[in-house]
Amino acid sequence: MARADTPTVSYEGPPDYRVIGRHGVFPDMGHDEIERVNFLAQMNRHLSARIVPGVKAAFDTEVAPAAEKDAGRPLADRHEARKALLGHPAFRFWSAIRRMTMEQRQQAGRWTAIRQREALAEKAAELTRDDDRLALDPGLAIPRYVSAVDHHCMPGSYHQEAFPGDVTNGANYDHGNFVTTAGLLGKFADGGGHAVVKWVRRNLPDFTPHTILEIGGTVGHSSLPIAQAWPEAEMTIVDLGAPMLRYGLARAKSLGVGNVRFVQASGEDLSRFPDQSFDWIQTTMFLHELSTRSLANILRETRRLLKPGGIVLHVEQPQYTADMPLFEQVMRDWDAYYNNEPFWSRMHELDLDQAMVDAGFARDRLIHGGVTAVVDKDLFPDAADDETEDYGRKAAWHVIGAQV
Amino acid sequence: MSIAEAIAEAGAKPAGKRPFFLDTEIETVLAITMALVQELSVSRQRVDTLERLLERKGVLSRDEIEAYSPEPEAAIERALATQEYIARVLRIIQQRNEANQTSGDVASEDVAEEIGAGG
Repeated sequence: MARADTPTVSYEGPPDYRVIGRHGVFPDMGHDEIERVNFLAQMNRHLSARIVPGVKAAFDTEVAPAAEKDAGRPLADRHEARKALLGHPAFRFWSAIRRMTMEQRQQAGRWTAIRQREALAEKAAELTRDDDRLALDPGLAIPRYVSAVDHHCMPGSYHQEAFPGDVTNGANYDHGNFVTTAGLLGKFADGGGHAVVKWVRRNLPDFTPHTILEIGGTVGHSSLPIAQAWPEAEMTIVDLGAPMLRYGLARAKSLGVGNVRFVQASGEDLSRFPDQSFDWIQTTMFLHELSTRSLANILRETRRLLKPGGIVLHVEQPQYTADMPLFEQVMRDWDAYYNNEPFWSRMHELDLDQAMVDAGFARDRLIHGGVTAVVDKDLFPDAADDETEDYGRKAAWHVIGAQV
Repeated sequence: MSIAEAIAEAGAKPAGKRPFFLDTEIETVLAITMALVQELSVSRQRVDTLERLLERKGVLSRDEIEAYSPEPEAAIERALATQEYIARVLRIIQQRNEANQTSGDVASEDVAEEIGAGG
C-alpha cells in the first residue's frame, strides 16, 4: 500500500523546485519566486515536448519540400535549413516563446538575487574571508568571446559585478540552472559532475587522481561531485568570473567540501601552474562558450599541465555528424543564433579529435564516451529514461578526452 | 534589501542584439502576454497554497470550494465582476467597433492644426 506521501498520480516532468538542495549562500526564495521557477521549467518542457513536434512536422511536410522544389535540390546544410524554417510561423512562434522563456528566467533569477545581493555578498564574505582557497585577479582581461554577447542571455555574464564582493551573477546562475534543463541536473545542479565520476570509475577503475583541475567551472556545481568522490585529491576550479568564484567557494565550504580552491584565470593562460601539475583536467559544457583560437590555446594548456598518465575529459553536447538529421541540427544550432551562444555552431562541427591531436595528444590515446546526468531518481527525472528531447539542452552529453 | 535596484535591473538587456521572429510590435505584445501568463500561473499556485494551508488548519475543506454555490445576491455580484473584467480587457475591441460606426471623426493632431491656425 502506498504511503500517504507517495504520489498516486502518474507524472512526468520537472519536480517541484522545493526539492532543490540549499546551501549557505543559496538565495532566500519566497513562494512566488519559487513558483516562477516552476512555471519556467514547465514552459521549457512544454516547448520541447509539445511544441517542437509541430515544428518538426512543419519542416518535414512543408518547409523542406518547398525549399527543395524552389532550389531543385534538397536543403544542403543546417544553415540553409534554419533560414528556410524562419519562413514558417511554427518555427517563428516556437523561437519567439523560447527566447522569451529564457529572458523571463533571467529576469526571475536576477530579481531574486539582486533584491538580496548585499546580504548574499556578506554571507559569501563571511565564508571566504582570509581563505587562500579563493584567489582573484582583478586585472584579468575578459576575452571577446565572453564579453561580446552575454551567454544564454544572462545580463552581466559570469564576470560583471555591481560592487566589490558582489556574488549576484553566481547566485542567479546557480539557483536558476533548474529552469533550462527542466530539473534534469538534479539537487545541486550537479548531475553532470556525478555522471563524470560514474564514467571515470567505470572506465578507468585504476585511476586515482591527486590533483584535479576544472576549467570554466563557474560556481563549482559540476566540480564538487568529483572533489567529493576523491576526497584525498586537491581540486582547483578556474573561471573568468569573480562573482562565480566567490560564490563557488562559499557554496562548497557550506556544503562541507574543503578540498577545492577557486582561482580567477583564463583557461588560455594557466602559466601560474607549472607543467605537469594535474592528474585530471575536466571541462563540463564549456567548450561551446569559447572561440576557435581560445579552444586551441586551452587544449594546448591542458596538454602541458597533465602529468604522465593523466587524463583530460571534456563533457559537451554531441557534435554534428553527416547522419544527424538536418532538423535536429537546426534545433541544436538554435542557441548559437538566438540564445547568445555564438561559438556553439562552429564548435560542434569541428573535428575535435584533430584539435586534440594538434594540441599534442596522441591519436591512439584519445577517449570517447557518453554520459547522462546522474540524479536522485526519487526526486528528479532521469535524463537516461526521459524521452523528451530538448535539443542542445538535454542532460545527455558526449565525452571527448585523452590520456597522456 | 535592494528592491529599487532589483526593479530597475532584473529585466536588464543582455549584451547582444535581440533577434525578433515575428513583427517586432507583435512579438513585444506577445512577450508582455507571456510574462502575464507566468504571473497568472504564480497567482494560481498561491491560491492553491492558501487553500491547502486553510484545509490543513481545518478552516475549510477544498471540497467546499468545489461545491460552493453563491447566494443569489453574491451570484449577481460575481457575474457583474466577470462582465466588468471582460469589458476592461477587451476595451480596444469595443473602441475599434465604435470607430467603425463613427463618421466624421477627426484626429486631435489635425484639430490642433485647424484651431491653432486661427480657424
